[in-house]
Amino acid sequence: MRNKKIKVEPAAVGKGNSRRKFLKLSGLAVAGTGLLLSCSSDDDGGNPNPDVFDLGGGDLGVLNYAYALEQLEAEFYTRVVNGSYWSSAATEEKNILEDLYNHEVNHREFFKAALNANFSADVVLPAQLEFDFSSVDFNNRNSVLQTAMVLEDTGVKAYNGAGKIIETAAYLVIAGKIVSVEARHAAAIRSIIGGDMDDFKLFSGDDIVDANGLDGAENPSVIIQAAGGFIVTPFTANQLP
Amino acid sequence: MSIIKFLDEFTNDNIEGKLASRKDALNKITRIGKKAAMASIPLGLAGMVSQKSKAAVFQSNDQVVATLQLALVLEYLEASFYNQALDSGVLTNPKATAIYEQIAKHENAHVTLLKDVINSLGETPGAEPTFDFTAGGAFDPFNENGAGQETAYAQLLALAQAFEDTGVRAYKGQAGNLMGNDQLLTAALQIHSVEARHASEIRRLRGLEGWITLNQRGIGMPAAAQPVYDGATPESNTIQGGVDVTTLGNGNPFTAEASSQAYDEVLTGDEAVAIASLFIE
Repeated sequence: MRNKKIKVEPAAVGKGNSRRKFLKLSGLAVAGTGLLLSCSSDDDGGNPNPDVFDLGGGDLGVLNYAYALEQLEAEFYTRVVNGSYWSSAATEEKNILEDLYNHEVNHREFFKAALNANFSADVVLPAQLEFDFSSVDFNNRNSVLQTAMVLEDTGVKAYNGAGKIIETAAYLVIAGKIVSVEARHAAAIRSIIGGDMDDFKLFSGDDIVDANGLDGAENPSVIIQAAGGFIVTPFTANQLP
Repeated sequence: MSIIKFLDEFTNDNIEGKLASRKDALNKITRIGKKAAMASIPLGLAGMVSQKSKAAVFQSNDQVVATLQLALVLEYLEASFYNQALDSGVLTNPKATAIYEQIAKHENAHVTLLKDVINSLGETPGAEPTFDFTAGGAFDPFNENGAGQETAYAQLLALAQAFEDTGVRAYKGQAGNLMGNDQLLTAALQIHSVEARHASEIRRLRGLEGWITLNQRGIGMPAAAQPVYDGATPESNTIQGGVDVTTLGNGNPFTAEASSQAYDEVLTGDEAVAIASLFIE
């Protein structure tokens, strides 16, 4: 039933790493490049640097923000399914990662379509953000699974924190449809990692779900800083909290 | 408040007569939620609920409270189920036991949190219903009626899957009712994604994938669980925001199967109540 032919998308070629810096992402040291990070809670709508793309505010800002995160995840899994760990992985892990690739590519194309259908092209995030995954060894199981876990957990926190910014109920429902799938992903990856060390509670571990039984929720400024290590193309989120 | 009004506040659509068991559900909710659902809404609530009203979408206070009461019923159900499961002796392997312990911890925490929130709004949390997880004798998940360990264990896992996948869809269906109250909406979303983590792990424990393909309930699930995957917007839906996502590209990410897996769908309030009511005496 499964079509084993995975569409290979050209991997973005890294460039201009002169401003390389190192960021911590949930304990993973990741190599990062020149993300211009400038978030504030001011809703003044101004863009102090017109040469750098700003995500915008309200629904537009959240959709662009989600589009950036889905581009990041889709690019990661594209590289995973074209890497040597995946090609020789155990069947269960191979199937899970292929599904995650499928879902994230679908999400990415959904946001692209939704943005272009509802907003003018000049305020839609560019389709080909450049990413830097030099910190990830796609030939190494541990490196792939640990990065997948961080990205999925980060996706959950991002959507949970963005819900309150959304102005249109239909968009809130769609964000809800996607975030629960991201949480299903996170649990599956955690379940595999936990199984390696007989930690059968890691799928929903105390490191990620608090004493009230609540998952994480973070504002875009926090998420963009955390994910910044992977994002090369500069953009700002001046109109998002 | 009439029961019809109460239920209508769970749903923003006008679906009528979709459920054969709707009348049953109405009767059940009348009994389980009498105290909560029928409570009059105090007038002084406004200042406590809204910090930042988004005028166009702000939901009324009684809608917020009704949403929280429905969530509480679902959490009571899940907490009671997992607590009894852990006491039943049916769970014998360490992995399943650990998973049920972790989920039980979260569901009990959700009950406490929702009761605290409802109290903080000046309302009285609904009393815990009496649950019947045999659904009138159809199941024996705690091996109380002679089903035997193996059958009871299979049913214990199947019911957990049904409850978790229902929980994910039900919370998603209620999120819009909390728009305009940032704290409550965010907390509901934080519960919602934990339910999704649970659902994924229970499904995997049963040998399924962590995500839902089309409207398939999956191997070993009783036919009675099919409403968990159907509804006004079934899990097989691929139309998102008016766009058929299967048309957005070619290849594996855009098959009907992958396109359905990639998005979980909502249950309306009365759909969720109808499912929960099967297990309420």
